[in-house]
Amino acid sequence: MRNSIISVAAYLLLAPVIGGLLDGIDRKISARMQRRVGPPLLQPFYDVSKLLKKQVISVTNAQTFLLMSYMIFILLTGAMFFAGTDILLCMFVLSTAAMFLYFAATVTGSPYSTIGASRELIQTIAYEPAVLMSCVGFYLVDGSFEISKIASSQISSIMYLPGVFAAFVFILTIKMRKSPFDISTSHHAHQEIVKGVTSEMGARNLAIFTVTEWYENVFLMGVVGLFIVNKDPISIAVAVAVIFAVFFLEILIDNTSARMKQYEMLKLSWTITLVLAGCNIWVLMLMIK
Amino acid sequence: MFEIKRSPWVLHYDGSSCNGCDIEVLACLTPVYDAERFGIVNTGDPMQADILLITGGINSQNAPVVKQLYDQMPRPKVVCAIGVCACTGGIFKDCYNILGGADTVIPVDIYVPGCAARPQAIIDGIVKAVDLFEKRLEKHKEWVRIHGEVHDDPVDENEVREVGTEETKTTTKTETAKTEKAKSETKPKSNKKGKKSRRKK
Amino acid sequence: MIVVPFLICVPLILSGVLMFVKSEKIQSWLAYVGAVVMATAVGVLGYGRILGGFAPIELYYETEIADRVIFAAEIVMMLVVTYLCFKYDKKPVCLLSVIPTVVIAITEFGFNGHETAHIYIDRLAMLMCLIIGVIGGLIIVYAVGYMSGYHMHHKEVEDRRGYFIALLFFFMGAMFGFVLSSSLIWLFFFWECTSICSFLLIGYTRTEEAVNNSFRALWMNLLGGLVLSLGIFYFAFYVGTLSFRDFIQAGIDGNIYAILPIAAMAFAALTKSAQLPFSTWLLGAMVAPTPSSALLHSATMVKAGIYVLFRLAPAMNGTTTGDMIALIGGFTFFVSSMMAIAQSDAKRVLAMSTVSNLGLMVACAGSGTPETIWAGVFLMIFHAVSKSLLFLDVGATENTLHSRDIEDMHGMLYFLPMLSVFMFIGIAGMFLAPFGMLISKWAALRAAIDGKNVALLLFIVFGSATTSFYWSKWMGKLICHPHAEHSHIKDITRLNETVSMGIQAVLMIVLCVAFPFLSKIFVDPLLDEMFGTSGEVLSQGLLYMLVIIICFVFAVPPITYYYSRRIHSNIKLAYMGGINTGDNSSFVDSMGEEKMLWLSNYYFANRIGIRKIMLPCQLFAAAIIIIMFCIILGVTL
Repeated sequence: MRNSIISVAAYLLLAPVIGGLLDGIDRKISARMQRRVGPPLLQPFYDVSKLLKKQVISVTNAQTFLLMSYMIFILLTGAMFFAGTDILLCMFVLSTAAMFLYFAATVTGSPYSTIGASRELIQTIAYEPAVLMSCVGFYLVDGSFEISKIASSQISSIMYLPGVFAAFVFILTIKMRKSPFDISTSHHAHQEIVKGVTSEMGARNLAIFTVTEWYENVFLMGVVGLFIVNKDPISIAVAVAVIFAVFFLEILIDNTSARMKQYEMLKLSWTITLVLAGCNIWVLMLMIK
Repeated sequence: MFEIKRSPWVLHYDGSSCNGCDIEVLACLTPVYDAERFGIVNTGDPMQADILLITGGINSQNAPVVKQLYDQMPRPKVVCAIGVCACTGGIFKDCYNILGGADTVIPVDIYVPGCAARPQAIIDGIVKAVDLFEKRLEKHKEWVRIHGEVHDDPVDENEVREVGTEETKTTTKTETAKTEKAKSETKPKSNKKGKKSRRKK
Repeated sequence: MIVVPFLICVPLILSGVLMFVKSEKIQSWLAYVGAVVMATAVGVLGYGRILGGFAPIELYYETEIADRVIFAAEIVMMLVVTYLCFKYDKKPVCLLSVIPTVVIAITEFGFNGHETAHIYIDRLAMLMCLIIGVIGGLIIVYAVGYMSGYHMHHKEVEDRRGYFIALLFFFMGAMFGFVLSSSLIWLFFFWECTSICSFLLIGYTRTEEAVNNSFRALWMNLLGGLVLSLGIFYFAFYVGTLSFRDFIQAGIDGNIYAILPIAAMAFAALTKSAQLPFSTWLLGAMVAPTPSSALLHSATMVKAGIYVLFRLAPAMNGTTTGDMIALIGGFTFFVSSMMAIAQSDAKRVLAMSTVSNLGLMVACAGSGTPETIWAGVFLMIFHAVSKSLLFLDVGATENTLHSRDIEDMHGMLYFLPMLSVFMFIGIAGMFLAPFGMLISKWAALRAAIDGKNVALLLFIVFGSATTSFYWSKWMGKLICHPHAEHSHIKDITRLNETVSMGIQAVLMIVLCVAFPFLSKIFVDPLLDEMFGTSGEVLSQGLLYMLVIIICFVFAVPPITYYYSRRIHSNIKLAYMGGINTGDNSSFVDSMGEEKMLWLSNYYFANRIGIRKIMLPCQLFAAAIIIIMFCIILGVTL
């Protein structure tokens, strides 16, 4: 109990720092991949602090409240995850949070924001099966949905779940809205739907969104780590290494691929989920029998 | 450390330019000039922008658009006219549809001349704008402290002017005087830089 | 236990009276009184059961007179159907009514086994009674107001509202009879009653479309009835009992003569619950006035199939029938949720989602473990309440907006706030965490893993993604900014409609909050009754977690809303490339003229529309059924 309270507190306090740094690393590495100098490492923090200092604007007041709800539900997801509770419930709360983001974007009644929101929904259905499949995988391997039990298993879950892990890493690109799946909003320059879901978010609202994204990314990286962690403390170090490797891979994919159409994305992600995760789970079920 | 000038986000609007300046603006983001090392991001969204870069002159069709974009930007904000067309109307000045430079509809703080303006000049203009941006924050804070968030700052209460009315001309004069300083600072420098780089080549 | 015949007979009598009452005022008062009386009677029954500690009771061993009456009624029903078939030139359909009646007559008169209890009340029956009595009562209250609004806008339809409400009561009585009876003959009779009720209600408007759809519903349901009657005949002939409980017990014991009848009954349940390949009748049923859609085609009648499958679940666990039924259920769940994405007509979305959710329940029943039944029972409860609320709400919206297209509900929160809030609650109940549907999905998923059923697992995983898609895009439509001026729209929802929906909305929220307790005090013992084991589905830790999530979901939006009211922000125009004309509702187009902004959702109708994928899916499901029967026939013969 005490451990979980400490880890939840650590998550709530440190996640924005880690998430911001990850974002900074992302931008720096991206710049270097394009042979640029790139912004300072702390650039994301400068950006957020600037956004908070600017005049408070919005298109409707409702957006602020929906965005705040979005943020709190992401926080709840992360807190539940690091408290070691049921992973499936975590994912359900995550989907509720995604719903609030959708509402926050669609409530403005602005065309770009609405299209972005619709695309966000399509992204949601593209990644959700793989997310649920990884929960299923954990349950099969460790006999429980409880994260604390999964994290203290004898052998790392990834040993049994390579396909599921691959599928999860694949949909991570969708979840983090990185190219080739940055169809609902993009981190780079502007695109045909302006800023997609974030089009109508300026100043403070955008700051809320950005910080929430950091929290979410840390949570997602936590899930990646969960594939590795077992009861051996050394595995935590390995998990951190794997997280960095996965993160680097995401940046690499982001910088080397052009954007996909949404149908292609949906088809591809479902196919991969079905083939990699589905077969993995099927084989596991046969093995366990 | 967390000064707002470390994160100037730019909105780029193309008036009726010949596209020369636009290409140069985008060239700023390339590896050669890498504007992002100053934290400059080219957003396409006025809600998220701090600095408005205008290229090309103002015509009767895009005048309301420029005004609207300007209005959608949250304060503090800075406007930067890129290229001679945006500064004065340039080569198109006497066209039937051209009203003049960007300052015919919105207050312009920084003028970056050149045809087309060089990336170095543009970045220099933005860096100038960034200092102004930092200064405006103080004014904005002061205003918020006294009047609360709801109202607009007085700095630009009358800035967005009606096009073609008598009032316009008078206010233009006063506004121009306001920004005279910034103008005189920016112009020669950027010219020099532009020449320098030309010479290099 | 006088309340049992009261529950069955009073609605039937009331419906007879309503048929002949011409005054509208008396009709509505009769309907109100009837609804209240029925709900109270169910309450009395429930109270009695609580006092009796929910011990299952059996009643009525000797029922000579009732049997005769039922037989006579069956003949009358057959004659009515035959007459209507000839009248509308659908002659082959009447065979589906005649044959089962003959088969049942032979079974009944040729049967010489011992008489068993005809009425059996346990927790499952009690639960069904509660749903029928409470939801049914509320829907009837609503129907009184709705029908007068309906006939105001549909002048072309002959006003037969007395007949309509009479049928609703008739259905209610039949449904009570169905869930309470333990004799296969009675079961079959009430089964046919509900089919015919549905048929008559679908054909209410007597338009060509309505008549065609009603006959489609009729033949599909009667086909189920036919197979059911053959199953009963086979079972009575070989095993020599007509008791439903013995029937299930025989299945559990692995009696070889029970395999085929169980498959037959499960097949009948599939037709009733509109599973693929029989889903089309439920879609067609949407032409009927909304209260009948709410009562029959989503909250109660289609649940009759589920109820039967739940009863059969212990017998189906691990058998070919069970696996195949679960497969069909899972498949229906996934495919129809995809088809629901492509619909923009609110009632059709609701119909497709009903089929989809019923599919999940069927899958739960087919798996037949205590965990899945736990999930299934909760699905049933939540689905009944939220779906009936949604149907009623869509009906009221249609009366006001003259459209039930979801696209026309754009920004409805701003011009029909009350209806939108009810709709919001209903939709939230259907899929958002921590509302019941979601936790049921949680249990279903776990059960699918435990049962090592990969196909079912994949269907649930993919289906839950598509489910959230169409619900959230609907919700998003409600809350966005309205397109146009809307001051001319006046909410004309009547008081009784509002009351009915309000109670259901409150019920929905209460259920959400109370469901951990409901699970402990009611559903766990129910499983105990069915399976003889008391598996605790919700662990203690999970329960705490759920309570926390519930608190968050109810607390966070109001708190953030309150907070956001207090911060002042500068309202800016929405970004439209700088060309909006003064407000967010229009912009300057390329010709320099003002144009209305019109936002619409994605539907993908040409990729996953009903026309595109319904037929292949039906064929696939039909193939599964045929394979199932082939295997079973191979085993038994």
